[in-house]
Parts: sequence; C-alpha cells; structure tokens
Amino acid sequence: MTAVVVVTTPPRPSLLRRVARLAPYILLTPGLLWLLYFFIWPLAQMTLMSLSSGTLDSGFHVTGTLKSFSDALTKFGTQWGNSLIFGGTSTILDFLIGFPVAYTIAFKGGRYKNLLLFMVIAPFFTSFLIRTISWQILLGDEGPVLAFLKHTLGILPVDFSILYSPVAVVSGLTYNFLPFMILPMYVALEKIDFRLLEAAGDLYGSSWQTFRRVTFPLALPGVFAGTILTFIPAMGDYVNAELLGSPKTRMIGNVIQGRFMQSTDYPSASALSLLLMLGILVAVAIYARALGTEELTG
Amino acid sequence: MTSAATTYARTRTNAPVGRRVGRAIGRRFLPVFTALAIGYLLIPIVVMILFSFNDYQGKFNFIWNGFTLKAWEAPLAWPGLPEALKLSLTIAALSTLFATLLGTMIGLALTRYSFRGRGLINGLIFLPMASPEIVLGASLLTLFINISLGAGITPPGLGFLPKTALSLGFTTILIAHIMFNISYVVVTVKARLSGFDRRLEEAAMDLGANEWMTFWKVTFPLIFPGILAAALLAFSLSIDDFVITNFVSGTSLTFPMWVYSVIRNALPAQINVIGSAIFLVAVGGVALATLIQGRAPRLAR
Repeated sequence: MTAVVVVTTPPRPSLLRRVARLAPYILLTPGLLWLLYFFIWPLAQMTLMSLSSGTLDSGFHVTGTLKSFSDALTKFGTQWGNSLIFGGTSTILDFLIGFPVAYTIAFKGGRYKNLLLFMVIAPFFTSFLIRTISWQILLGDEGPVLAFLKHTLGILPVDFSILYSPVAVVSGLTYNFLPFMILPMYVALEKIDFRLLEAAGDLYGSSWQTFRRVTFPLALPGVFAGTILTFIPAMGDYVNAELLGSPKTRMIGNVIQGRFMQSTDYPSASALSLLLMLGILVAVAIYARALGTEELTG
Repeated sequence: MTSAATTYARTRTNAPVGRRVGRAIGRRFLPVFTALAIGYLLIPIVVMILFSFNDYQGKFNFIWNGFTLKAWEAPLAWPGLPEALKLSLTIAALSTLFATLLGTMIGLALTRYSFRGRGLINGLIFLPMASPEIVLGASLLTLFINISLGAGITPPGLGFLPKTALSLGFTTILIAHIMFNISYVVVTVKARLSGFDRRLEEAAMDLGANEWMTFWKVTFPLIFPGILAAALLAFSLSIDDFVITNFVSGTSLTFPMWVYSVIRNALPAQINVIGSAIFLVAVGGVALATLIQGRAPRLAR
C-alpha cells in the first residue's frame, strides 16, 4: 500500500497538496463563522439585553439588573403553565398516536412502507400556517365536524364550541408536530434486527414480553429523538395559540412575540426567551439522563 | 407457509391469553389505528384543497357553499400576493444555495478529516436545531436592533457596514434563513457521507487522479443525492418559515407573512390555491424523484 503511494506521489509536495492539508479549516470556516455571527452572537446580545434597562427611545443600557428575570418568572405564571401543559399534553398525545403508527409501518408496512411514510410526511409539503388555518375551518362552530354532530346527528348542543379553547390549541399542536414524532421512532424501529425478535419468541417470550423487553428498549433512541423534536417546538409555539386559542390560552411564546413586536420591551422579552431556551435544555438533559440515552444526543 | 400454519395451530390450542390478545392487537388494532392516524394527518390537506374550490360568500372562506373554479382561474388576484410569492421564492432559492454550499462544506470536513474541537463543532451544529424557533428569531432581532441603534457589541467586521445595511427586510430574512438551514444541510449530508466507501477514492488516487479530480469524478457524484436531499429540505424549510421570519422581516412580506397579515380581515381562497399548488408541485417532485431513483422519499430526515 505504502509502496504504491510513494510511486504515484511526486517527490515535492505540490501546491494542491499543501492546500489539501488546510482543507478541513477552509471547509469549516465560512459556515461556522455564519453560525457564530448569526446564532451565537445574537444569543450573547440577547443575554446582555436581558440584563439591560431602558426603552426603545432612550436606548437600552446594560445595568446588570435582574428585574427582567424576576418579572419573567413571577408575572407570567399562567403562560408558563399553559406552555408546559399544552406542550406536554401534545407531546404525550403524539407519542401515543405516533408509536403504534411507527411500529406498524416499520414491521407490517410490507411493500406499502414507502407510501405510508410518504403520507406521514405529506403535511410537510404544505405550509405550517395553512395547515393551522385548515384546523380553524375543521374545528369551526359551523365547520364540517361540529355541524355534522350538532345538526345532522343532533348529539351536541347547538352552542357547543371547540375553537378558541385549550382543546383546540392542543389539537393543533398535536397535529402539527406529529410527523416529527413518528419519523425518528420509525427509523429506530426499522433498524431493529428481526432475528432478535425471533430469538425472543424462540425463548418463549410472549409477544408482549418481546415488545416490552426487546423491541421497546431498542426503539428508545427514536422515542427520545421524537419526543424532544416534538416537545421543543410545541413548548415554544405561539401560532397555534394565536390562531386556535383565545387570550386565556396564551403561551409563553405569545408573550415573547408580543413584547418584541408590539410593546418593544426588549429586556423582558430577552429574559423570557433565555429562560425558555434554558428550561428546554435542562428538561432535555434530565430526560436524556432518565432514559439513559445521553450518548445518543451528540 | 406450513411452518406459519403450525405456529398458528400451536398458538390456537395452548397459547396463553396474553399472546392471543397480543396477536389480535397486531392483526386488527394496529392497521386500523394507523389508517386512522394517517387520515388525521391528511384531513387538513384535504380541507385545504377542497376549500380552494369553495364558492364562499363574504370575505371568509370558512363554510362550504358549492364548487367553483373562480380562485384557480385568478390564483394571484389579491393585493400583495404576487410580490409576497416572489419574495418567498427568491429568499428560498438564495438561502438554499448558500446554506447547501456552506453546510456541505462543513459536512465534508466533519466526516473526512480529523481535527481538534470536533465535539464543539457538532454541538454548534446541533444547538440551532434544538433551540425553539422563537428564540432564534428573537435573538436575531436583538442583534439587528442593536446594530441599527449602534448599541450592544457589534460582531467584528459588521461595524464597517453602513447602519442601514442590516435594517429589517430582505437581507435580514436571507441571513436568518441561511442560518437555520445550515444545520439541517450538515446533518443530511453527514448521513449520506457516513456510509461512504473511502476505498473508492483510494482506488481513484491509485489510478493516478489527484485530490481535485477524485473529488469531482468520484466523491461528488456519490454524495450528490445527499446534497440534493439537503437542498430540497432547505428550500421547503425556507419557503414555509413563519416564526423566525416574523421577527426579522420588518415590513417585508414573504408568502407565510402575507397569509398571516391577511387572515385577520379575510380568508381568500387564493391562500388555499397557492397552498394546494405548492403541495402538488412538491408531491409531484417527490413522486418523480422516487420513480427515477426507485428509492424511498427521505427528504424529511
């Protein structure tokens, strides 16, 4: 092997070779600089902003005050609670719906596997906003579902309403992030060596035992990825709460959005954003530890 | 077939109750449940397409009132819509181009060279995907506001730009879209490269090709499907993005921003028409790619 390289390599390292030695750094620099400038730097700026006081007119000055943080934690209990409850509920619902679907496609999909997968990701081919508007139509007081139940079947009172309630927000969140739950779980399940399941059966494991002791533990990395991919956007979302909810169902994302876009109270909006991000990172870390899949996140 | 039959016979006679319940779940419950779940995923799409043909009364396309082709005959007939669509397509094309280039370069560096700080770089790639979109948008807005106010600490180099260069609009949207797309491109390209057989490159080098020729004649054609998948993913993420764009767009309206601004006062069927058209083009593209390649659509990974 070495001999071949010596014969074909010119004795003097060419310019190309010298450039090749620097190649990884040349390849990395532009993209990493972009992330440094437009991801890390903004986060640092936001941290400074959260420690500032002032208004848009007088300018913001870093005073080291922690008022924004104490406000963020004390004044918005309802909205933090809503985020946690709506985000958590929709993540759990997504898991309960998504796992059987991922399992069925992975193990019983047969030749329809790709078609089924395609239908799972089909919502991605439409706009997130338009999908949410479709839910507005579907859940409307005189929309297809309620009109049918109210007038055709007559099993619901005429003034029954779902839209603008927590149920509507949770159903929107559950819907919008379901594919994020199914795909990673499908990938994990699909990779499982079928012989392991056969071995479990040969060793007199019942199908339930095989599932609980072999299939599910092997699918855990997918469950982990799916739940965090669902929980993070659901927790930080404000579009579903805005279009399908009411002022009572405002989530922490709505507060951040409102403080940034309407009241220009940047310090408190920054503190809220940082706490949201930190809270999610801590939750993910605890969850990873509980599941014992730390090494799979990196 | 025979063995399956005997297994079946055996379980019929002396299997414990648990196993029989398990089998019933596998045979009947799971397929029905999956069909229902997929129906749930597809219903809003059906509603979107159906209501693009709705002959609705008044301003809001909420209640079914009969079939018409009105909206499809004038798909752009709403003030601001053509401009918004054009802006979205331009931003999507440009951000896809840059993000795919930058992301592929990082993906290549991470999979084929060893150097210090790899863990740190992987973390830097992972973090934007693990952050809530609202935080990405809000922090970028903070940066841009600080720059325009001359406050905070401007990143080195950006201070030379005129203050208005980063005022909210086209440039800031593009910057944001490139930023959030890079990580997705890196992950997609890396997935393709990880199964790459390095011996093919060694063979090319043994046959006298230099690095440059080897890259373009061997490496690039082999990883091209991965790059293409990454580019398609980046394009669809960009054209659909609302949350981050909402923070950094100022008064510019991309298509999702335009939809958001319109739906307070009206719900024109044109929204459904454009949504359906994008959906059909995307589905057609995937179907075509699947036919050509004869493999599964894996765009969403």
